[in-house]
Amino acid sequence: MSNLTHLSHLLHLSHLSRLEAESIHILREVVAECDRPVMLYSIGKDSSVMLHLALKAFYPARPPFPLLHVDTTWKFRQMIEFRDQTARRVGMDLIVHVNPDGVAMGINPFVHGSALHTDIMKTQGLRQALDRYGFDAAFGGARRDEEKSRAKERVFSIRSAQHRWDPKRQRPELWRLYNTRKAKGESLRVFPLSNWTELDIWQYIHRENIPIVPLYFAAERPIVERDGALIMVDDERMPLLPGEQPQLRKVRFRTLGCYPLTGAIESTADSLAAIIEEMLVARTSERQGRVIDRDGAASMEQKKQEGYF
Amino acid sequence: METESSLPATDVNIWLQAQSRKDLLRFITCGSVDDGKSTLIGRLLYESQLLLEDQLEALASDSRRLGTQGNELDFALLVDGLAAEREQRITIDVAYRFFATERRKYIVADTPGHEQYTRNMVTGASTADLAIILVDARKGVLTQTRRHSYLVSLLGIRQIVLAVNKMDLVGYSAQVFEEVERSYRQFAARIGLTDVAAIPVSALRGDNIIEAGAGMPWYRGPTLMQQLESASIPDDAAAQPFRMPVQWVNRPNQDFRGFAGLIVGGSVRPGDLLRVLPSGLNGRVARIVTADGDLQQAVAGQSVTLTLKDEIDISRGDLLTAAAAPASVSDKFEATVVWMSEEPMLPGRPYLLKCGTRTVTAAVAPLKYKINVNTLEELAARQLELNEIGLVNLNLDQPLPFDAYARNRDTGGFILIDRINNNTVGAGMLLAALRPAQDVHWQALDVDRANRSVQKNQRACVLWFTGLSGAGKSTIANLVEKKLFGMGRHTYLLDGDNIRHGLNRDLGFTDADRVENIRRVGEVARLMTDAGLIVLVSFISPFRSERQLARSLLGPGEFFEIFIDTPLEVAEARDPKGLYRKARAGKIRNFTGIDSPYEPPENPEMHIDTGRVSAEQAAEQVIGHLRLAGIMDRDWVFIP
Ligand SMILES: Nc1nc2c(ncn2[C@@H]2O[C@H](COP(=O)(O)OP(=O)(O)O)[C@@H](O)[C@H]2O)c(=O)[nH]1
Repeated sequence: MSNLTHLSHLLHLSHLSRLEAESIHILREVVAECDRPVMLYSIGKDSSVMLHLALKAFYPARPPFPLLHVDTTWKFRQMIEFRDQTARRVGMDLIVHVNPDGVAMGINPFVHGSALHTDIMKTQGLRQALDRYGFDAAFGGARRDEEKSRAKERVFSIRSAQHRWDPKRQRPELWRLYNTRKAKGESLRVFPLSNWTELDIWQYIHRENIPIVPLYFAAERPIVERDGALIMVDDERMPLLPGEQPQLRKVRFRTLGCYPLTGAIESTADSLAAIIEEMLVARTSERQGRVIDRDGAASMEQKKQEGYF
Repeated sequence: METESSLPATDVNIWLQAQSRKDLLRFITCGSVDDGKSTLIGRLLYESQLLLEDQLEALASDSRRLGTQGNELDFALLVDGLAAEREQRITIDVAYRFFATERRKYIVADTPGHEQYTRNMVTGASTADLAIILVDARKGVLTQTRRHSYLVSLLGIRQIVLAVNKMDLVGYSAQVFEEVERSYRQFAARIGLTDVAAIPVSALRGDNIIEAGAGMPWYRGPTLMQQLESASIPDDAAAQPFRMPVQWVNRPNQDFRGFAGLIVGGSVRPGDLLRVLPSGLNGRVARIVTADGDLQQAVAGQSVTLTLKDEIDISRGDLLTAAAAPASVSDKFEATVVWMSEEPMLPGRPYLLKCGTRTVTAAVAPLKYKINVNTLEELAARQLELNEIGLVNLNLDQPLPFDAYARNRDTGGFILIDRINNNTVGAGMLLAALRPAQDVHWQALDVDRANRSVQKNQRACVLWFTGLSGAGKSTIANLVEKKLFGMGRHTYLLDGDNIRHGLNRDLGFTDADRVENIRRVGEVARLMTDAGLIVLVSFISPFRSERQLARSLLGPGEFFEIFIDTPLEVAEARDPKGLYRKARAGKIRNFTGIDSPYEPPENPEMHIDTGRVSAEQAAEQVIGHLRLAGIMDRDWVFIP
């Protein structure tokens, strides 16, 4: 076969195929060079894509690391169902960690607000889990296009033994060469989806037929409207304000988190194609639904320094 | 311009299908502080309509608070990142941004323009296919411009877009633009950057960014976006011999042993003979395993898992290579190093060196010299400081398989890691081995056509220019040869002048002689390709059968028939050697076009209509075609 034939094939290596190959390369690099990697599995669409890539990267072996879900106890019920189903389907170990201190304190987003809830249940919870199992590398599904301050995030981000992120210690990343070395106690956060955009994620889910939580698809759900956000009443723990009546509205979620902190959008998109179509004409970026982002423009960066993803 | 949101809301599935054919272009933007880089990128993001509603609102409110544009949108605010930087109003790291059109997805490496720049720029350039060099029209080519261009060429980028910005502030003057362009091209050619597209723009007003705008009717070339859309995605890696650094050995059970990695050169098929380096053992590919099923072929850019028919010892860090064109192995190198740490690079001190998937210990023998990136002068030096670049010899504690960086970025690029604090302190490019590693068992390397080609950084081939007398064959062939030569290619031009007067002096114009003429030229061309040359043949060669004969002497993909299509009237009117006149007067017999037919090619590799393009443009087209066909390795020149 002549080189030309090879080339014509190469020219058709699409952007998704290139992104896929790059992510697989990153996943393998960590497994080859780190002692105890773990995949942070947050049940959302990005996690679904990341897990799918891991299944591909190590095929025919199973990915040689467990999944870790840091549960805040306030996730949508359908997320938890989907999580357990997924772990069974892929045959990987699933570690679920809940911050026992937070449970003891009775932390509740309705009572304590989103910032404290996120800090204790998510940020502290993640650190506890990483320490407890001695993981030295954790895959996260964050993307550079999510937020302005993420544009400069490395693919491999080094964290101190206290899980803090120090901008000065982040390493230049050239070519496909990643420096995975670290001192005892230090760990890496690794983002295999760094170069993917939200649209790439949806296109890839479509191309590869990747299962995602049904909450991404529009359906009638019990909704109350608070401060302009559409909040789904997912269980009886949600205190209703005087005069508040959950109403059935056709909604879907663009991102998934703790149900009291995640706004839905009104939509009729009940298929992947319809979601993508809506996304292309909608022009509202996905973080809008996340209540935690509203506290000041640079808040993500602050959270990152504290060890939140 | 067509963008994502111009989607007809009807059939998303068709749209998604089309999306799956989209390719990926990575580029870097370089400019000095305040040249308008942020404004330019912000506008590209804005105009490709990937700004979402809430981002737009944030931009409008930021523009009022922090912007420099009164009540108008200040696009620069879109791309400023970390809070600390925002306060200083200066960006200090590499940021990656994304946008997409119907045709392509783009990844932009955005690097700031101040002194601390080298480290960031080199990082951003290491993965880029193209560089936009931004110049303020009022200031012209500055020291920084030269520094950026040098770094870009050092990292092997060869497609340059010179964006001459702020044209609105110089009255959209063609003269100012031409002056900047001229002085830039002069400098760029010196450092081996020959593929330069110069575009006059106003990032602020939007002229020539997406659309032409009203300001510069005198400029007829592509807008910046059009240039990006039509830029070629370099295919060097694919045109190279097969290379795959082994990342991980996959052993799920006793029956399966696979070698996982990302292919960084060439392609592979089951049955191919590979050489494992540094061990030098050979093995044959059994399967190309992926989760989507076995592949019949895999190419550079794909992550795969290979199994071999032979039981040989392979582990992480080994390099799988084509047995017919293996990489070199050495433990002593000459390399260019860019220093990235506050602590200087000290000769004699051991560092970890990571190249591909292999990590070894390397010590820098005394520094040969460092390079003043502003003047390109070589300076004597004992150590390298942050952001300095030097030429060094490296001594490794064990052999490393490699290719020169100019040939393959992935098997020739490396990072240096501090053994104590684990920081990445330097990056480098391997230039050459200073000696083959002694403990490597060398299999006899046949000197064959492939090896000679690889040595010359190109793929040997024949460019066969055919067309009427006076069509412009020789003019265009000459230009192509000059360009190739300028890019450091090894060429030879065969035409009537040097063949008919010597080798074929004994031949006339009878049918038999014509065939013999072509046969000899074809054979000579074939011998020259054996020697690794790119051979240009400029012959009328009017008969299809003759050209077929020449083609049959060469392998598939090695013969490029280039039809220089000029109507007879035009060629006859030109009549540069007065031959048509003589033919019409009956003084020459069997003259093609007059009393002997010209059979136009039916399926030429290239068809050049000289009525539509100038000779210069035609030559550019030929070069572009050769690039696409993978004839050339990168147009990279190291400046000593
Ligand atoms: N008149 C004019 N001003 C421009 C143009 N492009 C950028 N600027 C202004 O030049 C200044 C610096 O631009 P900025 O994008 O921040 O430069 P950077 O430092 O290269 O990112 C800002 O005040 C811009 O509004 C242009 O094409 N014309």
